[in-house]
Amino acid sequence: MYDVAIIGAGVIGALTARELSRYNLKCVVLEKENDVAMGTSKANSAIVHAGFDAKEGSKKAYFNVKGSEMMEKVASELGVKYIRNGSLVLAFDDEDMKTVEELYERGVKNGVKGLFILNREELIKVEPNIGDDAVGALHATTGAIICPYGLAIAAMGNAMDNGCELKTNFNVKNIEKGEGKYIIASDNETVEASFVVNAAGLFADELNKNLEASHFSTHPRKGEYFVMDKAQGSLVKSTVFVTPSAKGKGILVSPTVDGNLLLGPTADDIEDKTDIETTDEGAAKIRSQAMRSVKGIDMRKVITSFAGLRAVGNTGDFEITAKDNYVAAMGIESPGLSASPAIAEHIAELLFGMGLKKEENKDFNPVRRPMDFFKALSKDEKNALIKERPSYGRIVCRCEEITEGEIIDALTLNPKAKDLDGVKRRTRSGMGRCQGGFCSPSVTELIAKISGVAYEDVTKTGEGSGINFERTKGGVKNA
Amino acid sequence: MLKKDVVVIGGGPAGMAAAVAAYDAGCKDVLILERENALGGILKQCIHNGFGLHNFGEELTGPEYAKRYKDEVEKRNIPYMTDTTVLSIDENKNIVALNSEKGVVEIEAKSIILCMGCRERPRGALSISGTRPAGVFTAGAAQKFVNIKGYLPGREVVILGSGDIGLIMARRMTLEGAHVKAVCELMPYSGGLARNIEQCLNDFNIPLKLSHTVVKVHGEKRVTGVTIARVDEKRCPIKETEEFIPCDTLLLSVGLIPENELTTSAGIALDPITNGAFVDQNRETGTDGVFAAGNVLHVHDLADFASKEAETAGCAAAEYVKSGLEKTRDIKIKTDGKVRYTVPQRITADTDVKMYFRVSDVFKNVTFTVKDGEEVIFSKKAIGAAPGEMEEITLKKETVEKIKSGEITVGLEAK
Repeated sequence: MYDVAIIGAGVIGALTARELSRYNLKCVVLEKENDVAMGTSKANSAIVHAGFDAKEGSKKAYFNVKGSEMMEKVASELGVKYIRNGSLVLAFDDEDMKTVEELYERGVKNGVKGLFILNREELIKVEPNIGDDAVGALHATTGAIICPYGLAIAAMGNAMDNGCELKTNFNVKNIEKGEGKYIIASDNETVEASFVVNAAGLFADELNKNLEASHFSTHPRKGEYFVMDKAQGSLVKSTVFVTPSAKGKGILVSPTVDGNLLLGPTADDIEDKTDIETTDEGAAKIRSQAMRSVKGIDMRKVITSFAGLRAVGNTGDFEITAKDNYVAAMGIESPGLSASPAIAEHIAELLFGMGLKKEENKDFNPVRRPMDFFKALSKDEKNALIKERPSYGRIVCRCEEITEGEIIDALTLNPKAKDLDGVKRRTRSGMGRCQGGFCSPSVTELIAKISGVAYEDVTKTGEGSGINFERTKGGVKNA
Repeated sequence: MLKKDVVVIGGGPAGMAAAVAAYDAGCKDVLILERENALGGILKQCIHNGFGLHNFGEELTGPEYAKRYKDEVEKRNIPYMTDTTVLSIDENKNIVALNSEKGVVEIEAKSIILCMGCRERPRGALSISGTRPAGVFTAGAAQKFVNIKGYLPGREVVILGSGDIGLIMARRMTLEGAHVKAVCELMPYSGGLARNIEQCLNDFNIPLKLSHTVVKVHGEKRVTGVTIARVDEKRCPIKETEEFIPCDTLLLSVGLIPENELTTSAGIALDPITNGAFVDQNRETGTDGVFAAGNVLHVHDLADFASKEAETAGCAAAEYVKSGLEKTRDIKIKTDGKVRYTVPQRITADTDVKMYFRVSDVFKNVTFTVKDGEEVIFSKKAIGAAPGEMEEITLKKETVEKIKSGEITVGLEAK
């Protein structure tokens, strides 16, 4: 019997787990996929928004501004890459300039600091590569970028280091209220908990309907992206938006915390909550807008493309409800990542408000070692570590310069990577310009060795995504 | 800080040949740095035959060819460090590398020969639409799974791109029991060697679909199929010709990119067509004493050619260390467009100049010409030329001496 069961290991679920691990509680996170951060948290714009977009008085505005203020500290404690790079909203004509002024006003009302309206001349000083058609911009100096899946992984890892449990491949099929507890069942396991948090992302509305009649529903809005080679990563320092439309913030051009350039997203309302196909139409849209915003984008430098789904609610706002020892966080679309630390804190408060025992965990350690700590070490520190663990001296992923030691860490530290993509998200091995062409056979071998599975059973993203089928005809069975 | 006369970065067919040549040219203080656990480079996984015909006069497999050079390296006691990845080089030829025994290794080199080879273009570079499941591999990654690790990464296979690795893997997967359903090639001709089309596709009845591409990948967890389509003369897919092929694997052989991240970080300029450094006839880059050879300079068809080119660089590096290289000329080598690029791109002395180049299309009955202004100073006839086959000519010292302008043009005339 758990005190709290959290359903969903995206940024909201993981940060909530971490928040609760500050207290003496028995918590479990239930995740339907083979790893954490497999939904909206892994495929989005990776932006910590300043908070000028959301309508004043909305939950989005409140949690965005608060979350954005909290993020730097959270990222620093968790060793997640975070850069306060500032953001720009470009205007291409007078009408856009009016929108920019409205956004400025709204930002001020939302309590956003560091907002400026720039004319073309001032804009070029901030970003020399801005497209020739841009006439001015809103400059939000508190805008930032972060690694979103890195945040979820680190938050979950830190929660686990502080006593929280994680069950992956736990797809909740049924949830019902019993005597003073909730009974949550997957196809092959049942978990009981006094309190439940629904952080199931795109599927939160369906899960919610198991427990209460609600008018609230979400639908997926697909966003496609391009990731560019690091050679393009310094075209702009800031995150460059265009003026927003009803469907979102438009196609942005932004550096990533890892030094690549990110282009996207499109915004297409769809029905299938699992459809993350990229399309030719989406690619064409991204190309034309991104190249209008920023000069010098070389489409031959694309290294990968992907699509993610936002959980768009039918109220236009976040829906966070609390009743009968159950908290639901639904419709957490953009600016959900920015808001996530504030939402997690709020969820914890709601739980305590409903009677969850609040007793401080004296051993709580908020700090987690950054996954890429090795690169930051001095020469002497590196040598000392390599002497102790020679695997830190062996580079496996040449594009991102990731050592065997770092890959072993990803496979052994909380939350342990179990598949090729899990290693990739933790270490960046396979995320560089060759996209795993060289390192994937070696990483596959390390996963097999460290996790104790057969080579042919190593997967890309869990069951059904095996990489190899069988030993070759001439192959000799492993002794 | 370790001090070395010549440091060779990369221990593949180019790197080993460069080290041996530098040694034989009288520079005994040579070191090879290799990132993998053994010398040989990509040849370790190229277990097919066809290597060595030019350099050894016999047909060898990749590992056998590598062994020949490794024996030469060891015969001379040329030191090499494996499991050693170079992290950076700078303008002053200081090298920083990482090694699992020695930790961070710093080397001050008098001369550096860049032999890092190339990598394969990944799926992302093509922006193929659809899902991102397991089962999409570059041909070289699949080759490593099959030949080095001993596992089969696909049963029902479609291959995109008819580069040599793709053709070789079509045969290799077939021999291991997989069913290769088609090889699609975007261009109206193959980028691979004619002998590979014959021996790897035709001999196994594997269809080569020219002017075809993959437009979409299907499957959520593992590939379940691909949609292919014919392309028009502008290489745009024709919607009406789309065809779904069920398969569990898509192999990509869609081009090789010289791995020049270290080169760029040292401030050395790259030719946007070859994606390798601009070099002179010695294969010396824009930085004095830094040379480049093999696939890091431009993608070769045969390991033999990569090794030969590296010998040129190795000898020049030895001379650079011993007495310096005299630069008495400054002649730029241009192309006419039908010839797409040349290596070298400039001539800096009156000497024999061995030139490699590729053409931009398929031509028949061609005459290659080198012009100094309007004057043809060299010409050579050939039955045909294709982008998949590298061409080679040598300008004799007497010819170079007579060049009057600061620029010559390599081109072709076809009937």
